[in-house]
Amino acid sequence: MSHGLVWKYGDNVNTDVIFPGRYTYQIMAPEEMAQHALEDLDPGFAARVKPGDVIVAGKNFGSGSSREQAATCLKAAGVQAVVARSFARIYFRNAINIGLPVLQSDAAVDALETGDHVDIDLARGEIRSARGIFRFLPLPSSVIGIIAAGGLIEYTKSKLAQEQE
Amino acid sequence: MGKTLTEKVLGRKAGKDVQAGEVVTVSPDYVLSHDNSAAIIKEFQKLGINKVKAPGKIVIVLDHIVPAADEKYAQNHKSIREFVAAQGIPNFFDINAGICHQVLPEQGFALPGTVIVGSDSHTPSYGALGAFAAGIGRTETACIWATDEIWLRVPETMRIDLSGRMSPGVFAKDLSLKLIGDHGAEMANYRAVEFAGPAAPDLSVGARLTLANMSAEMGAKNGYFAPDDKVFKWLEGRARGPYVAVSSDPDARYESVLACDLDGLEPQVACPHTVDNVKPVAAVAGKPVNQVLIGTCTNGRLEDLEAAAAIFKGRKVHASVRVLVIPASWEVYREALGSGALAVLVDAGCVILNSGCGPCLGAHEGLMAAGEVTLSTSNRNFRGRMGHRDSEIYLASPATAAATAVAGRIADPREFL
Repeated sequence: MSHGLVWKYGDNVNTDVIFPGRYTYQIMAPEEMAQHALEDLDPGFAARVKPGDVIVAGKNFGSGSSREQAATCLKAAGVQAVVARSFARIYFRNAINIGLPVLQSDAAVDALETGDHVDIDLARGEIRSARGIFRFLPLPSSVIGIIAAGGLIEYTKSKLAQEQE
Repeated sequence: MGKTLTEKVLGRKAGKDVQAGEVVTVSPDYVLSHDNSAAIIKEFQKLGINKVKAPGKIVIVLDHIVPAADEKYAQNHKSIREFVAAQGIPNFFDINAGICHQVLPEQGFALPGTVIVGSDSHTPSYGALGAFAAGIGRTETACIWATDEIWLRVPETMRIDLSGRMSPGVFAKDLSLKLIGDHGAEMANYRAVEFAGPAAPDLSVGARLTLANMSAEMGAKNGYFAPDDKVFKWLEGRARGPYVAVSSDPDARYESVLACDLDGLEPQVACPHTVDNVKPVAAVAGKPVNQVLIGTCTNGRLEDLEAAAAIFKGRKVHASVRVLVIPASWEVYREALGSGALAVLVDAGCVILNSGCGPCLGAHEGLMAAGEVTLSTSNRNFRGRMGHRDSEIYLASPATAAATAVAGRIADPREFL
């Protein structure tokens, strides 16, 4: 269980406003990516976000580019999870591959507002707040192994090591 | 029950009968990356192995910032060239080739029935030729370099039945914007989009590339046309090997079917800051612009440059507008030199840039200051994408772009035909 504050945004939050293209080939370090997280959507976010905070958004979060930094920058900024009505498909894969939980719950998106205190229990599949307890859709079985390993790099690394034995 | 093209292509790769909803592990025919290969190399190096598994399947095309705009970009390119040499990767295209999504079809990698994944969101473009092609991220690409496999969920399919005929001055770009405007930017999220119906075979290979490219802006995993004689003929002399073309069965199962009549379709413009904020050109005509961009993986092909040249012929770029033209590849560049289209564009006052992504992704070559407006033939108009967060991007066809460049404000291309 992990605690944080909600940052709420709307539908179609795209990868350009999460992590602008002007930095995509300039910045390689995740800590530096974090300083530009959501820069073109909410310029005050990067300076004020705290470890454990949660982004809550509407439909199609992460639409647009395949740039993985749009997931990495949020994770590096301390965001513990993104809760949305739906995710763009490449963003969904990227987030899982780098170990950022992406959770779907219409009820949580309807209820939660910026500044709310929430606790997320990934194991139980629950988001808890003063406004209620919300269940999120279980992640597909195909990705459970990747998350359990800590991301696709670790997952693949251990798989390759096993093959070599 | 019949099967869709996607089910057939992924099933053949998986070596079993598959249907939408299943998860399959497949070995792709090719895996694409571009300037982001520098970052992928860093991920690959974390995996604890020295050699990529299938160097012949890796295709790397430098296109995003070509030539390098500063030292960091130059270092990225250098590290990619060194990796390509060290790993013996045969399919490497340096800064004088073009945009990956034009180069892969032209160079015969993108073939009917193949599976191509790429670390670029517009990878679905190759569906224009009947391939299954989907975008992925950096980490995933690094892992495919190591393992030669990827898991994919077989997507449900949305079919779009096209009928009727587009009138002069109306293009595939207008059709794609109309669809996204009517149905929203997530109309096909996680799904395959099949462009079908009686009007589909009428569309040129270039028009199909535009539509398959724009399926990414519908949220689609892949977008495609059934390959036909037009495609087979286009691939003559290009295909790198034999291929097995497949199409959806007549009794295939579709999750949904949309009908779209091309008769009466008007030129469309996507307004800031989302691709689904679409209006007919008449609704935004008169809006002054500072810059016009003609090119990109969406609309930088010969037929696009010629559509623009037809309007620029005998006319000049308006004094208050800068026009950037970027042929999608060097093949297109040479064709447009030969056809005379480039001469018309230069005489009109357009700036011709090296084949590549140009300012589309906001890294170089024509970024905007606060308050400026660009009308672009590209595929995204998100806030801040081409410069300052308080600049604006409008999306339209090359013909609308040329008409706008001449008028100095957004204009209907049909008034210039």
